Amino acid sequence: MTTKMFGEPIARVEDDRLVRGHGAYLDDLGHDALAAAFVRSPHAHAEVLDIDVTGALEVEGLLAIYTYEDLPDRLAEPLPLLIPHPSLTHGRTQYALARDVVNHVGEPIVMVVARDRYLAEDAAERIIVSYRPLPAVVGIDAARAAEHLVHPDVPGNVAANMMQRVGDVDAALRNAPHVLELDLSIERSASTPMEGRGVLARWDPESHRLRLWTSTQTSTGVRAAVAAKLGLALVDVDVITPDVGGGFGVKIMHPWPEEVLVPWSAQLLGQPVKFVEDRREHFISSAHERAQQHHVRVGFDDEGQLLGLDVRFWHDHGAYIPYGLIVPIITSTQLVGPYKPGAYRVEFDSLYTNTVIVTPYRGAGRPQGVFVMERTMDAIAAELGLDRTVVRERNFIRPDEMPYDHGLVFQDGRPLIYDSGDYPTSLEKLKKLVGWDDFAAVRDAARAEGRRVGIGLACYVEGTGVGPYEGGHVVVEPSGKVKVATGLTSQGQGHQTVFAQIVADELGVPMADIEVVTGDTRRFGYAVGTFASRAAVMSGSAIHLAARAAREKALKVAADALEADPDDLEIVDGIVRVVGVPGAEISLGTVAVLSNPLRYAFDDAAKAATQFAVGDTGKPPVPEDEEPGIEGRDYFSPMQSTFASGMHAVVVETDPDTAEIKILRYCVVHDCGLLINPRIVEGQIHGGVAQGVGGALYERMAYDEAGQLQNASFMDFLMPYVSEVPERIEIDHLETPSPLNPLGIKGAGEAGVIPGAAAFAAAIEDAEGFPITAMPISPSELFELRRLHSKGLST
Amino acid sequence: MKPSPFGYSRPASVDEALSTLAAHGSNAKVLAGGQSLLPILSMRLAAPHHLVDINRLTELDYVRLDASTVRVGALARHARVLADTAARVAQPLLAQALRLVAHATIRNRGTTVGSIVHADPSGEMTAVLALLGGSVRVASKSAHRDVPADEFFLGALESAVAPGELALEASFPVLGPRSGTAFVEVSRRQGDYAVCGVGALVELDGDGALSSARTAYLSVSATPLVLDVSEAGEDFAAAAALAHEQVDPEADIHATADYRRHLAGVLTERALRAAHAGAVERSAHG
Repeated sequence: MTTKMFGEPIARVEDDRLVRGHGAYLDDLGHDALAAAFVRSPHAHAEVLDIDVTGALEVEGLLAIYTYEDLPDRLAEPLPLLIPHPSLTHGRTQYALARDVVNHVGEPIVMVVARDRYLAEDAAERIIVSYRPLPAVVGIDAARAAEHLVHPDVPGNVAANMMQRVGDVDAALRNAPHVLELDLSIERSASTPMEGRGVLARWDPESHRLRLWTSTQTSTGVRAAVAAKLGLALVDVDVITPDVGGGFGVKIMHPWPEEVLVPWSAQLLGQPVKFVEDRREHFISSAHERAQQHHVRVGFDDEGQLLGLDVRFWHDHGAYIPYGLIVPIITSTQLVGPYKPGAYRVEFDSLYTNTVIVTPYRGAGRPQGVFVMERTMDAIAAELGLDRTVVRERNFIRPDEMPYDHGLVFQDGRPLIYDSGDYPTSLEKLKKLVGWDDFAAVRDAARAEGRRVGIGLACYVEGTGVGPYEGGHVVVEPSGKVKVATGLTSQGQGHQTVFAQIVADELGVPMADIEVVTGDTRRFGYAVGTFASRAAVMSGSAIHLAARAAREKALKVAADALEADPDDLEIVDGIVRVVGVPGAEISLGTVAVLSNPLRYAFDDAAKAATQFAVGDTGKPPVPEDEEPGIEGRDYFSPMQSTFASGMHAVVVETDPDTAEIKILRYCVVHDCGLLINPRIVEGQIHGGVAQGVGGALYERMAYDEAGQLQNASFMDFLMPYVSEVPERIEIDHLETPSPLNPLGIKGAGEAGVIPGAAAFAAAIEDAEGFPITAMPISPSELFELRRLHSKGLST
Repeated sequence: MKPSPFGYSRPASVDEALSTLAAHGSNAKVLAGGQSLLPILSMRLAAPHHLVDINRLTELDYVRLDASTVRVGALARHARVLADTAARVAQPLLAQALRLVAHATIRNRGTTVGSIVHADPSGEMTAVLALLGGSVRVASKSAHRDVPADEFFLGALESAVAPGELALEASFPVLGPRSGTAFVEVSRRQGDYAVCGVGALVELDGDGALSSARTAYLSVSATPLVLDVSEAGEDFAAAAALAHEQVDPEADIHATADYRRHLAGVLTERALRAAHAGAVERSAHG
């Protein structure tokens, strides 16, 4: 019998190719292409007075120089505001090339195309742009003060003010026995995938068709945007996603200026053109995330039960707001986590600053929200002298309260209703895994030796698998091999493996006979993209439904051929057979041949399907309401997101002399519904935890007051090395199936990063004995905090 | 991130290299391991007209030892120096510091002499040369000269190697009897430039009492700072206080000046303790 693949921790089928260096990333393509480079603003805010290209014209191998004035029609309009929202009253987006003002260091002003990238950079270096510098608005404080404006027609630098509320929070706080106020903040970080952005365009003037390869998280989104900008029909634009060296959110943003400019210039020049972003460009012209400041007022009773929660926060979205309010909306709704907040009011301002734009980075607003909620929980515990897990336990939504409606509107415009989850059991598992109840003794023993250790935990709930939809296509070839396509893209998740597992179970074929293609509009044209931990839920479910349709078709055709009832058939190892009748069988490949009535034979197998070989002459060769071939195509479009959850605990040791922070243990309890492949889920958690360590202890975007990013390289932007992440991440799973999709699954892609900053802050606070209210934290900052609090502590 | 156009030669002998350097003068840069130079070129922070690649000068790929000196040739990679058992025994500070130089991949390519000539005040090997009072042999087409460490480092990223010259060799005195060394640092990530680092050299007299203690500092000054803290004797906390007083570091995005100064004190004590323990042990075996 074929083993059921769903749930098996099999190794990723894509890795053999990738680790041997056989992957083909954007820069591995188009060796014949011209190269694009950009002149980018060295100022955070300036008027562009003049562009003098004279010096560049002498550079040998120069093909073209483009400025804003060269852009035709729709290319000259601002780039799209992708996700409009009624609260987004002052949305501004950039031009593909700056028109007369630049609003952040790195904004593209001039595009240069030359024979290769070296020459393009030589030419770009010789272009002289004259500026009149304007005052720069950097950071949330400056944006709120609004002494200077990023966009003169946006008062107060406020793009949007949005509020949601449930119940009467003012009354709840007035009547609460205890009220605490907290100021909390998180700094900027970024996705920083190993491969930056990149785009290659080939224009075929004879067929009037554009082929575009781009390192994106949404090939269909790029196709729609490029077709619209260039005035092309969708069917004349193919967008293909090659191997992608990581996305983590930054590549869901689209179209980037380069994604529309490169195909446009390829069309004009009649030659392929390629742009490959370098690391410095990635830091100053892609996207960042995370920076928020929160002011919290929380009311609670003597038991620690929440009565009212009032959160006011400020979100720094950078110079433009093409991705709308998704990040702060997620923060404001996911902040409540696994808890019943009592009366809840959340209000935010989304603020312009003269810095790189902010779009979702893995976690997408959740790490900030979880940091705020979990710091609040710890503050309540400290105030009441209660164990931190007890306060959480008392506020959990109970399993028997599911589905639980928070009365809020989520990022997809739909009600925030948790479908399922078991938070008390998760907490029990985590306490056991990390040894929570015994930790006081560990801490005391360490103290006695002059060491400082501390433990922290953080809980989160994550809405995954957002709509609107994804589709899947499954076809059985005459060879018996199965070809699967879905429109969303892959950037390291292991889609080839998990989607094949789903198909293998449905069609009874070996994994090796299944090929999965993602992110290629030639194979599947309808899709949304890979973000919001949605690929397994959305495309997984769609592919499952498509494979089921293909299976039904195959059984019907096989039943005819075997003169059996379809209900008596099974498919094992690619063979359809009558259960209990040895020898009564037919291969799936032959079934595929038979399903396609032929006039012309192309090989021996095909002879079986030709017009003199088969068919009841009393019926049409293809029965009414049917199609030739063993194919299935289906879509999955759920009513709402499905809510995964998890809890992390971390044990740290802080050096009493140097203030260095060392991770002693990192424990995770994770619930993403049923696991398609536990090994892949654990890999996702490992990567997420590593990014959580980065966000908590290392990474920040160090802008100076003038808006210059001082650490735009991997030397100074401190992404953790393998030596900085925990040697072992201890994981326990809980599987609470989702009722919202046929596989019972929930998303797992972002989970690992979400509670990192919150858990580390709690652990450091526990080790040090003073509150930690801002993350990330460096040894230098911990040292300064110690001095601030030195009255209560001696080193 | 592509370099501006530059000329390139790959001489087959030291003489040829010196002639080429003489011909190009201040327009030329020497390329050895390239671990600092190539990123600088790629970011167009420098645009030398000509690179003189010395990677074929295998006669400079050596680590040699005599009674008084460990001599490291200009083409010896960090990894090779680190792996040289005889050098490690003769002057333990070399390996103690080299294991903290960046990562294995960088040590496989980067050269010890190259990092000294680069004169980065965060570079471990600059501090080692300064602490030990070593020297660098520099050649031009017309002359050779030995430049002592205290004259070699002129400023941040500025050494005494003049246009037309090539550093051939760095010399490190071997460790005396009844002496010990240590190198400790705090860096944000393993292998990063240190937020602060301290090398220590302790010597005992015939009775086992501390006779001399010197420390060298990373990342607190433009050129390697060496302090004589002998006056504190075996009171290493007092030595730490001396260091704390005398360093004058600057703040950057990774650390405040006060934190750096604090680390200079903490690490001085740790380095002296370890170096002293080494000296005691060496005396016992000597």
